[in-house]
Amino acid sequence: MTQSVVVQVGQCGNQVGSRFWDLALREHASVNKKGIYDEALSSFFRNVDTRRSDEDNNDISGGKIRSLKARAVLIDMEEGVVNEILQGPLRDVFDSKQLITDVSGSGNNWAVGHKVYGSTYRDEIVENLRKAAEHCDCLQCFFVIHSMGGGTGSGLGTSVLNVLEDEFPEVCRIVTSVYPSAEDDVITSPYNSVLAMRELTEHADCVLPIENQSLVDIVNKIKHMSHSGKLGAEIKQSSTIISGQGGIKGQEKPFDAMNNIVANMLLNLTSSARFEGSLNMDLNEITMNLVPFPRLHYLVSSLSPLYTLADVNVPSRRLDQMFSDAFSKDHQLIHADPKHNLYLACALIVRGDVQVSDLRRNIERLKPSLPFVSWNQEGWKTGLCSVPPVGHSHSLLALANNTCVKSTFIELKDRFMKLYKKKAHLHHYLHVDGMEQSCFTEAVSSLSSLIEEYNQLDATKGLLMTDAQRLNIAV
Amino acid sequence: MSIVTVQLGQCGNQIGQELFNVISNDTHSSCGQCPKTENEAYSVCSQERFFSEGRNGAVSARAVLVDMEPKVISHAISTAAKSGRWKYGDQSSFCQKQGSGNNWANGFCVHGPRHEEDIMDLIRREVEKCDRLGGFFNMMSMAGGTGSGMGTYITQCLRGTYPHSFILNQVTWPYGTGEVIVQNYNSVLTLSHLYQSSDAILVHENDTVHKICAQLMNIKQISFKDVNKVIAHQLGSVLQPAYTEGASEYNRNPLGDLMKSMVCHPEYKLLGLRNIPQMSEASLAYSVFTWPGLLKHLRQMLIANAKMEEGVDWQVRPPADGLPLAEKGTRNRRFNTSLANLLILRGKDVQSADTGGFMDPALYTSWLPPGVASSTWRTPMSFNRYEKSATLVSNSQFLLKPLDGIVGKAWNMFASRAYVHQYTQFGISEEDFLDSFTALEQIIASYTHL
Repeated sequence: MTQSVVVQVGQCGNQVGSRFWDLALREHASVNKKGIYDEALSSFFRNVDTRRSDEDNNDISGGKIRSLKARAVLIDMEEGVVNEILQGPLRDVFDSKQLITDVSGSGNNWAVGHKVYGSTYRDEIVENLRKAAEHCDCLQCFFVIHSMGGGTGSGLGTSVLNVLEDEFPEVCRIVTSVYPSAEDDVITSPYNSVLAMRELTEHADCVLPIENQSLVDIVNKIKHMSHSGKLGAEIKQSSTIISGQGGIKGQEKPFDAMNNIVANMLLNLTSSARFEGSLNMDLNEITMNLVPFPRLHYLVSSLSPLYTLADVNVPSRRLDQMFSDAFSKDHQLIHADPKHNLYLACALIVRGDVQVSDLRRNIERLKPSLPFVSWNQEGWKTGLCSVPPVGHSHSLLALANNTCVKSTFIELKDRFMKLYKKKAHLHHYLHVDGMEQSCFTEAVSSLSSLIEEYNQLDATKGLLMTDAQRLNIAV
Repeated sequence: MSIVTVQLGQCGNQIGQELFNVISNDTHSSCGQCPKTENEAYSVCSQERFFSEGRNGAVSARAVLVDMEPKVISHAISTAAKSGRWKYGDQSSFCQKQGSGNNWANGFCVHGPRHEEDIMDLIRREVEKCDRLGGFFNMMSMAGGTGSGMGTYITQCLRGTYPHSFILNQVTWPYGTGEVIVQNYNSVLTLSHLYQSSDAILVHENDTVHKICAQLMNIKQISFKDVNKVIAHQLGSVLQPAYTEGASEYNRNPLGDLMKSMVCHPEYKLLGLRNIPQMSEASLAYSVFTWPGLLKHLRQMLIANAKMEEGVDWQVRPPADGLPLAEKGTRNRRFNTSLANLLILRGKDVQSADTGGFMDPALYTSWLPPGVASSTWRTPMSFNRYEKSATLVSNSQFLLKPLDGIVGKAWNMFASRAYVHQYTQFGISEEDFLDSFTALEQIIASYTHL
């Protein structure tokens, strides 16, 4: 079994991250009844004997759980969020040595985050990452969680991405990025996002974009279901993907519901690497199968079901409904409609008691309505994990490499250009050492060419592509 | 003579474990209709071929298990030990912590060379236990990363280290609707490279075996275990002892005999397998078969290119003799021309079975005389509880259509260069892809013009 390290950067990154750790503990607690530190736990947690004073060498490999420490690095340029985590119920899961903080924050300025803090803290970051990697037997993947609109998550987060590529080139980098909505309260968020996009396109192996607006919609939809009609009374509250019930955390905070969705998505993504199943899907298989061209590595994710009904009896129609829902635009974590755009590849990670025949049946059923690119008509990658998430008997995470992401990018570019044409707020960035006008022009041209690549693929949609002419052999 | 089996990747290890199970069960169940001496000769021959005896009488399979991650191997070893009759050797397995990620280039260019020494060492130890080495039997799949990529590399190493030994590769072809998106690339790279180092490639298609499970064996929810059991049964029916024509002792060199009959030309190495009858355990007790019936069915399956005994097209006939050469080119496309056929008959009254139907020159390509092209092995011992069992190993146009399908899809994907960067980053260039495509088009052309 392999291990993964989570790097959470900035306020958003750390808040989502702390929900992730809380829910991960909840999930393992419900599966691991005997309290033995097994392979599944070791993929995200270390087992530590806190009585020993040598903190670098106090890992215990097997046997009973003593004290679990998360394989994580927490980075923030202001102390508020990280301090809150350290004073909250999750304090024992983190080591004080895993944190990198500063006092004054990045002022919502990508340049400050990336250039100033990026260079100041580079050595400390490398040191921290190296230590986290050394504690791993076989490190497979780095998960970076951050937002795109601010200064720290966006700027310093992408600087960390560069560091990961330089220091650990063989380890896969999967980035969860929260994109700003149109009504974002940070005025310079388009600048920050576009500057960060360029780094993501060039240095990440795979990006899972998330939009706040979609999360809000899903939260509203669940609350609506909870409060309406007779169905409302039957929803198991602890099973909704927005619920943190059963975790360590006591009260629910405002963004918690939305962050729980992202945390659940990450848990499902890594489930096949942590738990056993009849068709395992490792993390490196995800990047191998879903990224046909190196720059087009933006994957649209969707979760289903959003909640379970208290009714225990699940006929197979509900199972099929789960598959159909995963492809509807209400369940996507970004504002997009994959069914009406072009699929390049699609992966289905199924958890719980679902058999190969159910999976095959549903793929056959859904295939005709989903447009796939001509050279990948059967582009499905599937994984079956036998352990379902807490409160569900089965669940599905769909990851699609679909041209519908380009609508998010086009909107972002439009908002960027509105500000950039007027040169609004530009001086804040150009004052920073190392920052020049060319950074902006290069970033926006990188975004434009990315959009163009998606456009070219879209142009092939619906055209009857003739098979490429085969090689002719002289007989 | 003994055969050393090398199980590569998840698929190879799972099927390998089922195969040894089948062989062990078959050898231990005595055949009521044969004299005791016959039983003993069969069992001694099979035992020597597949198992070695340790100092304390423990029976170990002559096998090396290789995979890049530990879960499948440990499952195979523990399941074998539970049977009580045989087990895998204690030092016979090799595994790492992280898989190949469905990437052929990773398996072939990185994991292969990195672990070559350790794996070849394990194989050498197994070879040294054999009195006389009859050859290697490598089991793998084509779609993934380890079995296909690393398996191909190890086959190459075996060819280099043991240049005079026979190497038979058993390759599982994936479901057409896909389990892995890049399976067609992996398949193209595997077949083109294996052709150079392996002596023959024995093929099983997941789609076909799945249909056998569904329609003939009536299994409702088919699992990979069911599929593997069927494949193991078919393989066992080929590898267990039998008499070659006119022999008075069980054949000592099965791989050599197989190659001699089946692979007369290096351009034609793809072997297909058909085995009848195939049915659920429940129906076995109530069915009776005759040799003429079985052989007639098998012959029609060969001619009409049927994958199993149901749904055979009886309309297809071989071309009538004496047709002028020009017209032969337009003969019935659905007719399956053979290069060589091997019949293996096991069971009661086997000596009475008349295989003359397979000597018909119309079945074969014009440049090989049927006397050489068709051979039969027999044994009166029943196999795996089937009173009569007939297997056909065929070097013919059986696999032409599936192969063409795989190459077509891979070529389409390659035309847009999708996923190619994943391979180039590990050392397989676009040139290598083109070489592989060329090699396979050559093979397709050769088989088409049989």
